Amino acid sequence: MEFIELNHVFKVYKNGVSALADVSLKIAKGDFVFIIGQSGSGKSTLTKLLYREEKPNRGSVFVGGINVGKLRNGNVYKLRRKIGVVFQDFKLLPKLTVYENVAYPLESYGMSQREIRDRVKKALERVGLKNKLRSYPNQLSGGEQQRVCIARAIVNEPKLIICDEPTGDLDPKMSKEIMDVIESINRDMGSTIIMATHDKEIVNRTKKRVICLHDGVLISDKEKGTYIENESV
Amino acid sequence: MRVFRIIRKSFRDAFKSVFRNFSLSMASISCTAVTLILVAVAVLVTYNVNSITEDLKDVLTIVVFVDSDATEEEISSIEESIRSISNVQDNLEYNSKDDIKNQLRDSDESMAQVIDTLTEEENPLQSTFVVNVVDVKEITDTANQIKELDKVTSVKYGESIVNQVVSMFDVVSISCIVAVIALILVTAFLIGNTIKITIFSRRQEINIMRLVGTSNTVIKLPFLIEGFVLGIIGAIVPIIITIYGYTFLYDYVGGKFFVDMMVLVEPAEIIYTCSFVLLLVGGLVGMFGSLRAVRRYLKV
Repeated sequence: MEFIELNHVFKVYKNGVSALADVSLKIAKGDFVFIIGQSGSGKSTLTKLLYREEKPNRGSVFVGGINVGKLRNGNVYKLRRKIGVVFQDFKLLPKLTVYENVAYPLESYGMSQREIRDRVKKALERVGLKNKLRSYPNQLSGGEQQRVCIARAIVNEPKLIICDEPTGDLDPKMSKEIMDVIESINRDMGSTIIMATHDKEIVNRTKKRVICLHDGVLISDKEKGTYIENESV
Repeated sequence: MRVFRIIRKSFRDAFKSVFRNFSLSMASISCTAVTLILVAVAVLVTYNVNSITEDLKDVLTIVVFVDSDATEEEISSIEESIRSISNVQDNLEYNSKDDIKNQLRDSDESMAQVIDTLTEEENPLQSTFVVNVVDVKEITDTANQIKELDKVTSVKYGESIVNQVVSMFDVVSISCIVAVIALILVTAFLIGNTIKITIFSRRQEINIMRLVGTSNTVIKLPFLIEGFVLGIIGAIVPIIITIYGYTFLYDYVGGKFFVDMMVLVEPAEIIYTCSFVLLLVGGLVGMFGSLRAVRRYLKV
């Protein structure tokens, strides 16, 4: 079995909106995969299924051998410790400093202070924010906040990093910085990266596997793909 | 080690939250305090009522007078019959008329002179049975049953007013227990609501905790401790009131409830138990209240 496997997944939200229809795909360990599509095409839903923010109505989702759809509510944390998630809106805690935000997951796992300090320093070094430890999120630029979010996602050295439109709120220059960081994580740490985005520039430049969704249906899956204009489909 | 670190962090977070949301904490602490005061009153009343009822049971006896010309066989058949009544305790006491005569003679000198005017055979007194009953409320029925027996001339038992007081006490103690349960539920609800508000303001934080892989237990723990702490703090004032208030009241009424027969429980015997109960009720109720509140935010 591959690292990530989706078999005939359907997702219909409670309000009747159909987000995914019969999506099947496999992703190997260490891959870098873009999920593209217009707004409302089901990109976010697909990423949410992977970290069990949502459950599929039909079909199965396997991540690292775990059947995510069948995971009981009380055991979700076991899955999430193996996954780092980078959000479009960062989801940082405003009352905590950069250091505390990144240390937050590890503290809740009960790790020792010394180990936390080492890991947080390493993670912040990787994203290039070593000198902003004591700043608060509102004192940082959008790109820096996103890098804090990435540091938090990688601090537990997860096998899988899911990015849901990480550059959605950033300008092109900052986006490039963020992409450099994410690519270096994929290269150096060997983490599998799944990124939902609708940023044409990034996809075309990076030249990785591209999965395209349109109205919840998987319409193309190409190695070293480029951004497909949905109008042409 | 890991567990200790998590627990230490939970305590820190809990106390931080108590003080950060101070006005809210005060609201639930005072609510708890008010309800726990009522709980304390109810506990003290129930305890006293039970104690007084127990005391009265020993005091309330039926004295059965046997006809003076009853034979030995008739007396033992009376004894048999009395013993067969279900409401009668086993410690049935028989005093023959000769025993009573001797007792009277020994009791004081003037009585002895009166008794001495009688010959050995002459005895105007009647033999008696002293009956203790199991259920004081049934004493009237039991007495009437005994009165029906052959060769029993009359029965005497405690004033009917005492009987009524005991029945009333029963009602009081049941209503107290009902009140205590109701109050505990109300307190749980109040603390639950308070914590719900503090959780509501932290739901983003909880959501992020869940997203980064914090287990539900670890998320819940600080809130449970917070509820426990609020409950314990809320119990302090009621405990002080219990200790000083009850002691004061006890001294004020002289340790009895209107009449000498109804003796109140001594403060030292009850106030510490009662305080402990309040502490426990406050803490547990706070914990369950907050558990109820936090559960809602831990789904999906």
